[in-house]
Amino acid sequence: MTILAERVILPERRSTAGRLSDFFWRHPHVLLALLLGPPLLWLGVVYLGSLFALLLQSFFSIDDFSGLINYEFTLATYRQLLSDTHLDIIIRTVSMAAIVTFVSALIAFPIAYYAARYARGKWKALFYLAVMLPLWSSYLVKIYAWKLILAKEGILTWFFEKLNLLWLLEAWLTLPVVGGNSLSVSYTGTFIVFVYVWMPFMILPIQAALERVPANLIEASWDLGGTPAQTFRYVLFPLALPGIVAGSIFTFSLTLGDYIIPQIVGSSRLFIGQAVYAQQGTAGNIPLAAAFTVVPIVIMGAYLWMAKRMGAFDAL
Amino acid sequence: MTTAVLFDNVSRHFGIVRAVDRVNLSIAEGEFFAMLGPSGSGKTTCLRLMAGFEQPTGGHIEIFGETAEGVPPYRRSVNTVFQDYALFPHLSILDNVAYGLMVKGIGREERRKAAEDALAMVKLPGYGTRRPGQLSGGQRQRVALARALVNKPKVLLLDEPLGALDLKLREQMQEELKSLQKSLGITFVFVTHDQGEALSMADRIAVFNDGRIQQLGSPEDVYNRPKTRFVADFVGSSNVLSADLCRRLGLKAAFASLRPEAVAIAPPHNGALSLSGTVASQSFLGATNRIVVDVEGARIAVASPATQGFPPIGSAVTISFAARDLYPMDDA
Repeated sequence: MTILAERVILPERRSTAGRLSDFFWRHPHVLLALLLGPPLLWLGVVYLGSLFALLLQSFFSIDDFSGLINYEFTLATYRQLLSDTHLDIIIRTVSMAAIVTFVSALIAFPIAYYAARYARGKWKALFYLAVMLPLWSSYLVKIYAWKLILAKEGILTWFFEKLNLLWLLEAWLTLPVVGGNSLSVSYTGTFIVFVYVWMPFMILPIQAALERVPANLIEASWDLGGTPAQTFRYVLFPLALPGIVAGSIFTFSLTLGDYIIPQIVGSSRLFIGQAVYAQQGTAGNIPLAAAFTVVPIVIMGAYLWMAKRMGAFDAL
Repeated sequence: MTTAVLFDNVSRHFGIVRAVDRVNLSIAEGEFFAMLGPSGSGKTTCLRLMAGFEQPTGGHIEIFGETAEGVPPYRRSVNTVFQDYALFPHLSILDNVAYGLMVKGIGREERRKAAEDALAMVKLPGYGTRRPGQLSGGQRQRVALARALVNKPKVLLLDEPLGALDLKLREQMQEELKSLQKSLGITFVFVTHDQGEALSMADRIAVFNDGRIQQLGSPEDVYNRPKTRFVADFVGSSNVLSADLCRRLGLKAAFASLRPEAVAIAPPHNGALSLSGTVASQSFLGATNRIVVDVEGARIAVASPATQGFPPIGSAVTISFAARDLYPMDDA
């Protein structure tokens, strides 16, 4: 007989740690409160509180003459937000975010599918490394690197030249809106950098969603006569949708709020992030800056509501 | 009679693993065919070869006279009931059942009606609006069956469909499957590792081991006249008597099988054969007692009626059996 088996019930431990673990075992809610309290306090009071205070600012207005904030409830700032120049910024940003998200999903899906279905062992490790590696280097370094790649004297132009496809690049750059003097000062360039920088945030949630789709559901679809295209449309895509929506929340909201990429790569026209930066900084118009920040919040809220209505989370 | 499924020397090797190795079989139309064997014996791979999820590395497969190699699963009039049912979690029960008709382009109203009929057939009428997650294991199993049958397949493949159900439900489903197969006249190919299930339901059984068919025959054949030691042991845990013991009983064979229920703990009469030994162990199985008798080192299981009670362990007993119950096997 071992020493452990001699007593049916082991004696209480007298140490503080021992008594504490017994106490927490009997009162699990106390432990939960202790663990969740500080972060919730931080999120609730400091983060949400300041966000709320910021949003409140958007209902104030600025006195055009003195530049001081007029602390009276008004919708004047929102009226200002919906003026042509500001609406232009919003439309530009939202369109960019939508296109970036759509193309990211298009590129990410096959990569995520390969990783979830076929990659095993070291190939899986290599996949994670390849997806995560760009996240290890500085965001600014990556953007400046892209500026050099996309520049008129950059490697991309050189590459097109070597392939005798320079005419194609030049034809693209003469197009309205997406074109420009060179890729690095065009919307096309901004778009490429956005897609590159946010790609991991799209790949990983899709991969996680696809990994949870049992392989025999695909087989069941084939078995019932579903062609590969039908299987994708009716089984694989709906089941991956929560992952795609999760990924698109990242790419969409990150693009909506970013103010560095469009500043370094792209035309000089403003995006929402830049507008917020300019309004609260040089212009000192806190109410308008606050009103601008409300836009992404409202858009994301509407987007999530729509995604839920469309059943994107049914498979969760 | 038409041949529903024909395997001509079919192999499926995965690298050095011979999951299925030179299998020949021919399943007749309307037959209830069981593939029985332990896990890893190749029975499920055979089923997947029929469904089209796997392609043979050698040999030839025909389904209703047509070559099946290189034909994808979605072009085969063969449907599968998966082991864990594989219901689509994001679709309602009705949409699950109607899936096969939907992808074939059948109109909404028509497929809804067909799916409801199929649900009624498996005794789940009115369950169409629920989700698979809201159903019990037995109900999901029925939905999987309805989803396959609604397509009116030429061959229905069932991959251990009753494995996850409790005993009572399993027995009930066995009866229902059997009568369903009779009334529909569809060829059923059933994979199981449960010999009782195979014996009670199938018209013919193929016993698999190590990727090969050990024996193919009627349930009576496989049970009473096992060809190999493996079949004798796997199908109903028969006693396998060594050559030595066979010789003492006047039988010239490498091995012989002897069913536990053919043996009685009683002195022989009417020219029955007998052996003497001591009781080694015993267990109560409900209707019968399983008593293991040690005959000079060989352990022989006896299924004796529970009404006879237990002889004490270690006591000397005489066991007897009719000579015709001793079935010789040449193969180890």
